[in-house]
Amino acid sequence: MSAANVHGSDARPVESHVHGHDEGHHDGDELPHASLRGYLIGFLLSVFLTAIPFWLVIGEVFADKRITTAIIVVFAIAQMLVHVVYFLHLDTRSQAGWNMLAAIFTIVLVVIAISGSLWVMYHMNANMMPMDEHELRNQP
Amino acid sequence: MTIASEPNSAPAQLHDSVFLGRLSLESIPYHEPIILVTFAVAGLLGLSLLVWITRARAWGWLWRDWFCTIDHKKIGVMYMVLGFVMLIRGFSDAIMMRAQQAMAFGDANGYLPPHHYDQIFTAHGVIMIFFVAMPFVTGLMNYIVPLQIGARDVAFPFLNNFSFWMTTAGAVLVMLSLFIGEFATTGWLAYPPLSGAAYSPGVGVDYYIWALQIAGVGTLLSGVNLLVTIIKMRAPGMGLMQMPIFTWTSLCTNVLIVAAFPVLTAVLVLLALDRTVGTNFFTNDFGGNPMMYVNLIWIWGHPEVYILILPLFGVFSEVVSTFSGKRLFGYASMVYATIVITILSYLVWLHHFFTMGSGASVNSFFGITTMIISIPTGAKMFNWLFTMYRGRIRFELPMLWTMGFMFTFVIGGMTGVLLAVPPADFVLHNSLFLIAHFHNVIIGGVVFGVFAGVSYWFPKVFGYKLDVFWGRVSFWCWQIGFLFAFMPLYILGLMGVTRRVSHFEDTSLQPWFIVAAFGAVLIGCGILAMLVQFRVSYVRRESLRDDSGDPWNGRTLEWATSSPPPDYNFAFTPRVHDIDAWWDMKRGGYQRPTTGFLAIHMPKNTPAGIILAGISGVMGFALIWHIWWAAGAAFAALIATAIVHTFNLDRDYHVPVETVTAVEDLRTRQLAEAGA
Repeated sequence: MSAANVHGSDARPVESHVHGHDEGHHDGDELPHASLRGYLIGFLLSVFLTAIPFWLVIGEVFADKRITTAIIVVFAIAQMLVHVVYFLHLDTRSQAGWNMLAAIFTIVLVVIAISGSLWVMYHMNANMMPMDEHELRNQP
Repeated sequence: MTIASEPNSAPAQLHDSVFLGRLSLESIPYHEPIILVTFAVAGLLGLSLLVWITRARAWGWLWRDWFCTIDHKKIGVMYMVLGFVMLIRGFSDAIMMRAQQAMAFGDANGYLPPHHYDQIFTAHGVIMIFFVAMPFVTGLMNYIVPLQIGARDVAFPFLNNFSFWMTTAGAVLVMLSLFIGEFATTGWLAYPPLSGAAYSPGVGVDYYIWALQIAGVGTLLSGVNLLVTIIKMRAPGMGLMQMPIFTWTSLCTNVLIVAAFPVLTAVLVLLALDRTVGTNFFTNDFGGNPMMYVNLIWIWGHPEVYILILPLFGVFSEVVSTFSGKRLFGYASMVYATIVITILSYLVWLHHFFTMGSGASVNSFFGITTMIISIPTGAKMFNWLFTMYRGRIRFELPMLWTMGFMFTFVIGGMTGVLLAVPPADFVLHNSLFLIAHFHNVIIGGVVFGVFAGVSYWFPKVFGYKLDVFWGRVSFWCWQIGFLFAFMPLYILGLMGVTRRVSHFEDTSLQPWFIVAAFGAVLIGCGILAMLVQFRVSYVRRESLRDDSGDPWNGRTLEWATSSPPPDYNFAFTPRVHDIDAWWDMKRGGYQRPTTGFLAIHMPKNTPAGIILAGISGVMGFALIWHIWWAAGAAFAALIATAIVHTFNLDRDYHVPVETVTAVEDLRTRQLAEAGA
């Protein structure tokens, strides 16, 4: 029957290895490109992103602590991105884009969980017993 | 039992013995006759099972072919067995609660003391979710997903075995709590401050924590495993939008597992720290906040609900499409509905604690997201209905369970949307209405789905169909029993009866509870009929045998191989050209290859999984009883065993070409005799 080899299994030797095995090497698992240059750029960026917040705190550059805090948070997020891109080699190409998709999904969930928890807990006062002045002053 | 009397003192008591921690002869509840009788019966049954295995000289076979297996099919079957065993335990808890509530009115106190009753409702919830529903779902995915995508095993076969035994180790710890010490009395999510050291000083909550932590490792790893399997190991030609719908829902479920279970692990770690080393994450004092626990555990807990139901949506889709003889209506919309549910399931968790006090704005947001999530679910329901519409429906057992599901689940869905309205929830929360609602969706959805899946794939697993008569008896007992057991609870809930109560003053409520107890007895008959069904089917297996490998005229790849499938599933990896690959192959005049076989590379069995899980179980037991030296020793042994296992390089072998040819020739003759 002529359709036999079009539909269904065709006996190709390349498929004789087990699909799924601890030490099996799969096709298309090419590791993302890693180079000395990339590591150096990542290292320098990390150093800068660490040094600047230290300087801001030690040198007391801003009088308002909230500005310092906000800048440190921004630098911390940048630091994470640098690590993920230069050291963990996250890009849109590796693993046919699955790595990036997984990263985006994770970020979305973490943002939902953290911002949601903050929002929920911040508003947690509707059913609370009102405190009198004495209790307010002696809060733990 | 040692009691930590003052709050916030670390419960590691000075008068614990160094050698046995909190464990002593007093820990064995020999003064409670109910537990003693249970222990005697369980011991007798267990002993006779051991004797039976020994007399059948089956230990070597059990150990080599089952306990050490890395075959996803055998592991899947073991998950299902675990699920059924624990279902019987969980149901015993249920029938005890129903009996107690049917009799404990006015002067009558019933037969269960409140402390025991509290343990029972906690154990019932924990067991039914973690050790019945989860093993059932994981077992189905384990068995079917690799077959549906044309793979020979999962991505990490050893990890699969390890995951199963970790789940089992958790189940063993829960069972052990019945006879040594006690179980938690806190309800299935163990909210602090009640579950903290100050108010639950005993070992109950520790059993809860460590059983779930150990089982949770298994669940998480099996989630990673199946996720990688689906993404990396599909047969050539099977793009994402050619995947069978059960594989799609499994993919989303495992994404949810991988993303959600770490939250549970983290929350339980914090609770364990509170209890054992005296931190104050969730205590009332020193800046602790029990409400954070409630918030965090539901960030895991709501996705968990969808972890349970999504794979069964996949089962129903396969069943409806197969038994209507049609391609599934709206395949793409089904996929997108599943993905939308996956994302949205992370945006609704607060509806489990509307009344905690976040106020109107927060509550309205989560109320609305909850109502939105019912839309994709409703879309699925219509897809199934349209698949059946003008189809040539065969009312086989899987279809029966599916139609029972559609009827039951829609009622549960509607009461769910009702509960999603925050003001209504303020009236109904913590009442029996809520109990009726979630049993409505879990029994109607998850349990019926598992039974649909079991009766659908049973011939694939064992090579013969299930007996239809006893299957129908079981179905009708479950369906009618469910209505009798839970419709009264809706009414009682609307009248304001709260959950977790072991004694009532108002005797006018009693008739409703008696009706509910009758319903539970009917469900018990349903379980019994199912066990009879398995037995009858086994005895009559020759007349029920199916040699074709495709008894239902199936549509997906698992039906392309023999029943039961050979160890390597497929002699040649199939090529996929369409959704419903096997249907497409059959219509294209597919000829099974009968020559040209090659040796097949397969992974080898190993005892490392069961050994590691066994050590984890010992470590859990030691941590529960504060036997610190044993916990330390077990931890060291755990690490050492894991390292030793990494040096075992003898992990794979080739199935020789002669064996493959012999197996496939047998199959060729079998097919010729079946006249296929």
